[in-house]
Amino acid sequence: MTAASLEVREVSVGYGPVRALSAVSVDVPEGAVVAVLGGNGAGKTTLLRAVSRTLSFHGGTIGSGSITFAGRRLDRLTPAQVVAAGVVQVPEGRQVFARMTVADNLRAGALGARGGRREAARARERVHELFPVLADRAHQRAGLLSGGEQQMLAMGRALMARPRLLLLDEPSLGLAPLMADRIAETVREINARGTSVLLVEQNAAIALRLASSAVVLEVGEVALAGPADELAASDEVRRRYLGIADDGAAAPEGTAVEPVPAAPVLRRWSA
Amino acid sequence: MTTFVELLLNGLSIGAVYALIALGFVIVFRATEVVNFAHASLLLAGGYVTAVLRDDIGFLAALVVGVAGAALLGALIEFLVIRRYRGRDHSVLAIVTIGVDIVLLAELTRRIGSNVYPMGDPWGDGVLTLGGVSVPHTRVAAFVTAGLIIAAFLLAFRLTSWGVATRAVAEHPETAALMGIRLGRVSLSAWAVAGGLATVAALFLTVFPTPGLERGTSLAALKAFPAAILGGLDSTTGALVGGLVIGVTQSLATGYQSDLTFLGRGIGDLAPYLVMLLVLLVRPAGLFGTRELARV
Ligand SMILES: Nc1ncnc2c1ncn2[C@@H]1O[C@H](COP(=O)(O)OP(=O)(O)OP(=O)(O)O)[C@@H](O)[C@H]1O
Ligand SMILES: [Mg+2]
Repeated sequence: MTAASLEVREVSVGYGPVRALSAVSVDVPEGAVVAVLGGNGAGKTTLLRAVSRTLSFHGGTIGSGSITFAGRRLDRLTPAQVVAAGVVQVPEGRQVFARMTVADNLRAGALGARGGRREAARARERVHELFPVLADRAHQRAGLLSGGEQQMLAMGRALMARPRLLLLDEPSLGLAPLMADRIAETVREINARGTSVLLVEQNAAIALRLASSAVVLEVGEVALAGPADELAASDEVRRRYLGIADDGAAAPEGTAVEPVPAAPVLRRWSA
Repeated sequence: MTTFVELLLNGLSIGAVYALIALGFVIVFRATEVVNFAHASLLLAGGYVTAVLRDDIGFLAALVVGVAGAALLGALIEFLVIRRYRGRDHSVLAIVTIGVDIVLLAELTRRIGSNVYPMGDPWGDGVLTLGGVSVPHTRVAAFVTAGLIIAAFLLAFRLTSWGVATRAVAEHPETAALMGIRLGRVSLSAWAVAGGLATVAALFLTVFPTPGLERGTSLAALKAFPAAILGGLDSTTGALVGGLVIGVTQSLATGYQSDLTFLGRGIGDLAPYLVMLLVLLVRPAGLFGTRELARV
């Protein structure tokens, strides 16, 4: 089998007349954690929808470009076929099935995976190891879980399909810092067990800590791309996504970071 | 008192049959968000196949073929018509089902004409009498059969992969798709199940004391709509409770009609709709529903 890497090449996406992505390219090599950063409306969720083939739920279409995983074109498959190929998404806002029990949510996660009961049972064991709270709350309605627990459930549910590549859409959204750190720790653990991760985040601090490389999206285009440590050190990212005021330190020389045209810098007068 | 008990038992029995119909209605709504106005003609189709075949292949085989036939017809409607409109406005879909209903009903009415088809069921016009209370065998059979089918259905809904997939789609279709659940399959199976359940209901709507299946049978089936709506369109529990409430109301109102003349004649047929309206006034989403009709 070819290496299980995701290659998004020059993908453009529109929602009717609205252009949401223009010629966006992102690579997730096998075993890597790659972060996608960007503010509200940058097109992060759209990118994940394009990979998971759920754009049609929103009236969106891929205009041009290609998406391949492990050498196979994804952009002609159904969402179910993408899951079967090993690419599974944890959607923005968790979207647990609130009226179903925690156990049934996990069962739902296994429905799209290949393999039988035994594989599903083993996957559940792994998920319970990773998130013991899901075992304790197995028979409770998912809607009654806290935000952090729901995020764990959403991730556990996706892991039930035994993905080779996990797509995470803002897993730290709305979580207290402690819980966000915990989720980050789990992402690292999932990755250590051999699952590649494409991590969409507005929380650049967390994302750049986890990822080996990252791309920054701005209004549907790749504004910056490069190794995570270099991005974390770059002025542009520090100012705009890490919330650190420019203290005069220039970006390291000769980095792979390509700066975007200067954008107006907003600062509080007291800063 | 005897009259009351008899009316109550009759009402529960017919209510269980309404519950079968309402359950099919609810399952289609949950899996596809479609208010299925073709449900009554699906019922008539299943009943018609059963009634026509029973002379040649016997009652039980005819019923099996009828159930399978209506399931197939439901699946076909989903596959050929509903699927093309998926993702469109729900009111468009509801109107599409009205179109399907008109076509189906026209064809069935043409075939049935003014005939009345006896079902040839094994219960005939026998009556069970216990302590002065008499209930037709058909009513006992209806209650027991409908009860067993509903129990089996609810267990499957709770425990099987099919049930998990259907509930997931009902709650959030896009997320269900992200789990690799095939929405087309879920929707197809819901329509098939609805057709099958409706055929069993058709049988019990047309056995003694009703003379048999006729073109008006689908009108009798329409009373299950208020059952589904008052229970809450998206609730299986609601379908059960709604069915029983409507059945008992109708039975009592018809039985005591002479005492209720101040409400006008034909109160027995009107009662289901009155009850539905009253419930909706108090609880717009139905007794157990989570979605208001306004969102349909
Ligand atoms: N269903 C839709 N119809 C029309 N436009 C849409 C739709 N969904 C998203 N868009 C537009 O596409 C662009 C990208 O949206 P997207 O949701 O991908 O951004 P995002 O980076 O995920 O933002 P956020 O951080 O707020 O989640 C936005 O301009 C948005 O308005
Ligand atoms: Mg988003």
